[in-house]
Amino acid sequence: MHTESLSGQAVFPAKHTEPRPEHPPEVPLAIHDLTVAYHRKPVLWDIELNIPEGKLVGIVGPNGAGKSTLLKACLDLVPRTSGWAHIYGVPYRKARHRVAYVPQRESVDWDFPVNALDVVAMGAYRRLGWFRRVNKTETKRAMEALDQVGIAHLAHRQISQLSGGQQQRVFLARALMQDADLYLMDEPFAAVDAATEQAIVDLLRRLSGEGKTCLVVHHDLATVTSYFDWIVLINMRIVAAGPTAETFSRENLQKTYGGKLSLLEKAAEALRSTPR
Amino acid sequence: MPDFSDIFEVLLLQNYNTRLVVLSTTLLGIAAGLVGSFLLLRKRSLMGDALSHATLPGIAIAFAVMVSFGGEGKSLPALLLGATISGVAGIATMLLIRNTTKLRDDVAMGFVLSVFFGVGVASLRMVQDIPGASAAGLESFIYGKTAAMVASDFLLIALVAGAASLLSLLFLKEFLILCFDDGYAASQGWPTLFLDILLLGLVTAVTVIGLQAVGLILVIAFLITPPTAARFWTQRLLPMLLISAFIGGVSGWLGASLSALTPQLPAGAVIVLVAAVLFLVSLFFAPERGVLPRFLNQAALRRKEDRQHFLRAAYEIVEEQASGGSVANRSFPFEALLAKRSWSPHQLRRILRVARREDHLEPTPPGRLRLSEPGFGEAARVTRNHRLWETYLIQYADVAPSHVDRDADMVEHILGAELVRELEAKLVGALPDLSVPPSPHPFPSPSA
Amino acid sequence: MNWTSFDTWIVVVGALCALACALPGCFLVLRKMSMMGDAISHAVLPGLAIAFLVTGTRASVPMFLGAAIAGLLTALFTQWIMRFGNVDRGAAMGIVFTTLFAVGLLLIRRAADHVDLDPGCVLYGAIELTPLDTVSVGGLDIPRAALVNGGVLLANLLVLTLLYKELKLSSFDPDLADTLGYSSQFLHYLLMTLVAVTTVAAFESVGSIIVIAMLIVPPATALLLTHRLLPMLLLSAAAAVLAAVTGHLGAIVVPRWFGFESTTSSGMIALASGLIFLLAWLFSPSQGIVARRFRRALDPPPLSNTETETT
Repeated sequence: MHTESLSGQAVFPAKHTEPRPEHPPEVPLAIHDLTVAYHRKPVLWDIELNIPEGKLVGIVGPNGAGKSTLLKACLDLVPRTSGWAHIYGVPYRKARHRVAYVPQRESVDWDFPVNALDVVAMGAYRRLGWFRRVNKTETKRAMEALDQVGIAHLAHRQISQLSGGQQQRVFLARALMQDADLYLMDEPFAAVDAATEQAIVDLLRRLSGEGKTCLVVHHDLATVTSYFDWIVLINMRIVAAGPTAETFSRENLQKTYGGKLSLLEKAAEALRSTPR
Repeated sequence: MPDFSDIFEVLLLQNYNTRLVVLSTTLLGIAAGLVGSFLLLRKRSLMGDALSHATLPGIAIAFAVMVSFGGEGKSLPALLLGATISGVAGIATMLLIRNTTKLRDDVAMGFVLSVFFGVGVASLRMVQDIPGASAAGLESFIYGKTAAMVASDFLLIALVAGAASLLSLLFLKEFLILCFDDGYAASQGWPTLFLDILLLGLVTAVTVIGLQAVGLILVIAFLITPPTAARFWTQRLLPMLLISAFIGGVSGWLGASLSALTPQLPAGAVIVLVAAVLFLVSLFFAPERGVLPRFLNQAALRRKEDRQHFLRAAYEIVEEQASGGSVANRSFPFEALLAKRSWSPHQLRRILRVARREDHLEPTPPGRLRLSEPGFGEAARVTRNHRLWETYLIQYADVAPSHVDRDADMVEHILGAELVRELEAKLVGALPDLSVPPSPHPFPSPSA
Repeated sequence: MNWTSFDTWIVVVGALCALACALPGCFLVLRKMSMMGDAISHAVLPGLAIAFLVTGTRASVPMFLGAAIAGLLTALFTQWIMRFGNVDRGAAMGIVFTTLFAVGLLLIRRAADHVDLDPGCVLYGAIELTPLDTVSVGGLDIPRAALVNGGVLLANLLVLTLLYKELKLSSFDPDLADTLGYSSQFLHYLLMTLVAVTTVAAFESVGSIIVIAMLIVPPATALLLTHRLLPMLLLSAAAAVLAAVTGHLGAIVVPRWFGFESTTSSGMIALASGLIFLLAWLFSPSQGIVARRFRRALDPPPLSNTETETT
């Protein structure tokens, strides 16, 4: 054929000056063609996702489905094989001030010599910038954040002496300090007591009432319908995403979890028990 | 410069002066390679570091004790016994700190290493003042003094190295389970504490005999470098042990020989450098896990993926144009392809150049693209496979992630023709072989 | 025992050096990278040797630079081998520092014809000789080692004061540091640079033993005594100074007990820091073995995790 005579330059405009199609700034999180692989194993495949503003979004899927990796990939914490994630229309590094991240509780060393207030104050570090120290105003705000999650009286306790639920609340308070518009939370409900779980739910509701968007990695199928407005079902690729009422169906769950009957039964029970 | 006959004489152990030295470092390397493998797998490589530093006070104290009993103070077995005792005390301190405080392994090791070595240095300096006894040779334990080896020293080294090698092969299975999952091992009734102590005992033995040959700092390399290098060549334990022993042995043999050939080159340092070179070779070139093969592999994978992504994207564009009708090969704009994925224009142009070389594209006016006939066929095939694969993932979501490879093209190889037909039936009912089933995505892609 | 101004200077040099080490050491311990101090302090040998071979003198500036670069390279190589080879940190560190140490030994052996560069002095240093090499500052003869270590201490203090918050954050939660825009990678290498520079400054005068002991042992001691970062830094500084003073005293007094003449102060300072650690280990009010035994004997209600659970 004539391929030899045609150079790429001749066929296509030499310079592609048109900006990349960026998502409109009101979309809190837009992901396009995202693939993440650790060594050779893919963890996330061809992810396409648009999260609407002001919603309380649950990310649901089996173990190893890449839920945490999805959050980390949005925050540039893991390298992406392909694709991009835009936060309010721009790459993450330009939107740091609008995002708060709550990592899994096990991701840090709780023996570290700091107290609860110190950890919460870390949420103000971006505002402070290099070299400047935590000042009185920020300390006061940190106390308020602790108060909002109901553990202001534990402010001066060393973090290893807090219970799992209290540690999770410290992390939430730290995220509140960041005063963000988009909250990414990795399993905030893992291994916490019932009171903490309720407190977290109340807080999430309040945030989404204020127009903030929350993305929460969640494990417990039984509570999905009562907690979230919107869900993303994920198992290495997006199985389904949309309003909970439409998306949380038996069919979609089967696509996400496969034939794990016990799980599906649990979900069915949850579906029956929620009033439609 | 030594000539060839000298070199062969040394390498082939024909020279009496160097035979003992070369043999003992070779045996030492083999033993350290075996024992060190378990240490590496137990993620305690630096334990050897702390341990070897902790032997110093024992040497000084053993010397002082021998002198005070009227001895000459230079008996190697006695000095090594002292080294063993203080090494064991170091390990005990390490374990005690770890188990009774919140401090971690690294702190416990650093503590033992520095404090014991400090005590060793202080006591070494003290015993040097003992009148009538020369402690001058003791410092050679720090840097090693291979040349000064007599037959009885060799016998001791050979005996201990042989025993350590034998024991580590004998307890292969037990050490494996200990290294892989000590909690499980304990729950299965294995005496993990005993095994741990046995392993550390072997490490101590190898370290102590290594003191004489290569010195207490460089013996650490003997325990760490060969196993780490071996790890690049294989994923299985027994081959790893053998390769590690081989690398250790070769380093000892070659290193000691080289140093014997050139005066002024301390054997310990040369041995470590030989091992380091072998490590670098393994790191870069080992076919199983080496950096270079992995890199090439990834690049090839990437090219293959790009090709598949391009073909699938092109097919899907044409499919969208057909909007439900029968899919026919038509031209489409460059921008449509660009928006499909997250390629940069530059990347995409590179991918298209490759496609053109493969005759997948037809010549078109600038800004537009059209698949060739073979290209269209290939695109349909790739798209079909990908969709089948995705369907499989959805149908068997609970088992699929465990054997997911990125390569959807392998769908038939991995799943077998039977299952592929079944999946096709699930998607579209009975269809001729090359038809492309509809996308299993329940929601429209945002780019549509 | 007769204490001279010599002894005072030895204690001052030891204390300055111990202080300079203890500060970055706290962060090493908290990052679970204590052994990095060990690795760096062994691996600077080739840096010293190369600087010496290139310049032909034992002038401090090139030696200092060479060693600091070698120290930083240790951190870099370790990181690379870990990342590209997928190797455990300990093993990567072990390979790098033993190899560099071997290179250093060979280079020194080659240079041995020209001048004495004793590898032994790298390990034990010669703290006893530091008061001999003085620099006149404003009419006062101050040992050069005191100036060098004092300078490094000031530099460490400056960096820790300026970047206290950043180092705390990236040690506790490196992911959060990255998401907030404080590169944890940058802070890691900054800390490694501090450790390398501190180690090198301490070398010539006091030897690498004190360096490793001072990087790790006083911070570990402090960690057993407190639950806050700032007190930890202060306590480890105090433990470091105490070790320097008692260590040198011990070097004068202890050998006589066994009928020996004298010993090296650097070894004894390491021993003293170990003994101070032992005291904290046994008698720390909050975490000491004795206190815990005592509490268990009294059987008070355990420090509760549930009493404060409120909503």
